[in-house]
Parts: sequence; C-alpha cells; structure tokens
Amino acid sequence: MSDQNEIPLWEVFIRPRNGLSHRHCGSLHAVDATMALNAARDVYTRRGEGQSIWIVPSADITASDPQEKDANFEPSESKIYRHPTFYEVPEEVGHM
Amino acid sequence: MYSQGLIGADSSSEETPEFLAEFQKRIDREEKIEPNDPMPSGYRKTLVRQIGQHAHSEIVGMLPEGNWITRAPTLRRKIALLAKVQDEGGHGLYLYSAAETLGVSRKQMTEELLSGKAKYSSIFNYPTPTWADMGAIGWLVDGAAIMNQIPLCRCSYGPYARAMVRVCKEESFHQRQGYEIMISLAHGSPEQKEMAQDALNRWWWPSIMMFGPHDSDSTNSDQSMAWKIKRFSNDELRQKFIDATIPQAEYLGLTVPDPDLKWNPEKNDGKGGYDFGAIDWDEFWTVVKGGGKMNVDRITARQKAWDDGEWVRDAALAHAKKQTAKKASATLAAE
Ligand SMILES: [Fe+2]
Ligand SMILES: [Fe+2]
Repeated sequence: MSDQNEIPLWEVFIRPRNGLSHRHCGSLHAVDATMALNAARDVYTRRGEGQSIWIVPSADITASDPQEKDANFEPSESKIYRHPTFYEVPEEVGHM
Repeated sequence: MYSQGLIGADSSSEETPEFLAEFQKRIDREEKIEPNDPMPSGYRKTLVRQIGQHAHSEIVGMLPEGNWITRAPTLRRKIALLAKVQDEGGHGLYLYSAAETLGVSRKQMTEELLSGKAKYSSIFNYPTPTWADMGAIGWLVDGAAIMNQIPLCRCSYGPYARAMVRVCKEESFHQRQGYEIMISLAHGSPEQKEMAQDALNRWWWPSIMMFGPHDSDSTNSDQSMAWKIKRFSNDELRQKFIDATIPQAEYLGLTVPDPDLKWNPEKNDGKGGYDFGAIDWDEFWTVVKGGGKMNVDRITARQKAWDDGEWVRDAALAHAKKQTAKKASATLAAE
C-alpha cells in the first residue's frame, strides 16, 4: 500500500527567538501537520535552535522560475533613483 | 557521520559545450547552485549519488553504535551514545532532504540501499565487539568524517552545503565523546588499556580508507573538484587527518598500527607531516563489494526495519486520510 502512497514532504521554518522571523531550516516527511510538527521539534530543535516552528506542505509552495531571474529582478539594478544615494543634498545640511 | 570518497558516479553530461562552459563560469564565480537552476546532467547525477551514499552512511552508521546503547557502562555514557546515534538519524534526514531537491524520492533511495544498488561507507561493515569500539569510532570514524565534511560546507550545491553546516555543528561532540572514552580506557587498568589498543588496531586502517582511493585511482575526483562539489582531494584529506590524529594517539599512550609511520619535516611544503605505510586496497574493495564481516547484517537490519515499519507507515497515512475526509464532510455539512 505504501507504494502508491508516499508520505508527503513538509518544509520546516524555525524562529530562533522572539524578535526574529521564522527561517527555513529543512524538510521532513510526515503524514499530517501534527506529525510534521512533532518530527520538526525532534529533529530541528535539539540544541536550543528555536522557540517557534512553522511547517508547510512542500507541494503548497509556489516558486518563481530561476530562468526568469533576469526579467524578474533586473529592475532593482537599473532603477537607481530608488536608492537614497541618487539624490543630492548639500553637505552643510548634514546627515539625512 | 560520514561520507566516503565517492564510489562510482557517472559524471558525463549531455548538454552543449556552451551550456557547460556557462555553468562552469557560475561555479568559478563561487555562485551557489540552487534546486531549480539549470545544471548539467552529470552534476545532478554525481550529487544524487554522493548525497545518497552520504545519507545511507548516516543511517547504516547508527547500527554499529546502536549495538552498545543498552550495554553502556554508565548512565553518562549511555545518554551520550543515545544522543549521538539520534544525531546520526537526523543527519540522514537532512541529507535525504538535500537529495530530494534534485528530483529523487527518499523511498527510491531507500530501495536502492536495500537492493545493494546504492553504497554506503564501508567503515560500517566492521563489527563492534567491545565497548572500546565506541571510543574508537567517535574518535577516528567521526574524526575522519569531520575532516571530509568541513569542506563540504562550501560545496557548490546550496542544499548540500546547508545540510553540511548543520551536520558539522553536531559532529564535534561525537568526536569528543569518543576521545573521552579512549582517555578513560587508555588511562585505566592494564586490561582497559589493552582494550583501547585493540580497538585502535582494528579501526586505524579502515578509518584511513574512509577517504577513498588514492587520487591517482579516483576516476571522478577531477570533475567533482572542477564543479566544486569537492574542495580537497582524497589524499589531501587523508594526510590532514593523519597529521591531526597522531598527536592524539600519543597523548593516549597508544600505538598506531603502522610500522612505517614516520615524521617527515619536508612534507606539506616544509611544515612537516607523517609518512605512512601502504594501504591494503584489496581489503577496501572487498568490503565495498560486500565481503566485509557485517555487510549482510547491516542490510538485513535495514530491511527488517523497513518491513517491520510498513504497517506503521500505512496506518499513519490511512489515519491522516480519514481525518482529512472527516474534516471535509464536516465543512460541507456546516455550509
Ligand atoms: Fe553524522
Ligand atoms: Fe557523527
């Protein structure tokens, strides 16, 4: 029976401590969310790595296509007027 | 625990020379390659093979030490060994996950381990008849593994490199707890010291072999180095390991079983290093090909774990499906 039914893959995100965001730290297989949370706790937080865990079914993640990287992310390079250094403020005005 | 110099990967690629050159440029710029990036088929195959072998080694590596958990001499030693073996299971998981990003499933990898198609580090095909073996394994086998794995933290494939960072953080306690066992025995009664010496005698050469064949006989090495999957050659890592380990053996007052071992001040560009005797490669290949003392036992144990666990996997999956269906019908009824 386990032949046709693979146990699904989950992505694990851990918040190292309050004040920081959850960060991707790995994956694991589990049949449901409860099992995934328990396994994530056992595997990824054995040495005080975290205080909060998120788990997400890997299949539910939609990723951008790395082949479209240039089209997607190039504008952040060419639109220099989005950066503070583009604007001239006289020195006597001081730090701004 | 451990990855062995890769045995038998096919690194040939079918892509155009332009594509391969472009990919090589990315590697040369030290860019990391991530799962969905275009990559040569040989790069993918080499990684799947290597990460798979590495993952299997972690999992099979739990067996020789698991053998002693219930018989550890004190509670302190027992909790340490239990924690170490648990870590190795975790290492297996990180590595299977890294391999899965390349399009193989864990189930497929498990089947290849059980069928004998996939290899694991031959070191685990040696038996662990005495408690001193727990010391020697932590000290030498995990020590050699660390030597191998530290450069893998800078591997060009992102998920493998990230898994290695986690693994390396956890490994150093493994080696220290093993060395501590060796210190207790080597500085204990004459019988205990003899036991420590006997373990060193049995584990020394297999540990040296963990770095894989000599560079001159290692067919995949050059391509793996060019792709920055590997950062140092088998022989370079082996030399580093020997140079780091001999002073530790001296501190224990134990003798490394190599009559040809000798300090050579000219070695390592004048920094000095140890010359060592000829490695018995016939033994190495015999064990790789299944002729080690424990090859059959190891795979039998993994097969039994897989078979005995089947009903658990099936029941858990059936339960999850039932819960999902129940929730769906409850939502329908409420609407
Ligand atoms: Fe490990
Ligand atoms: Fe280890």
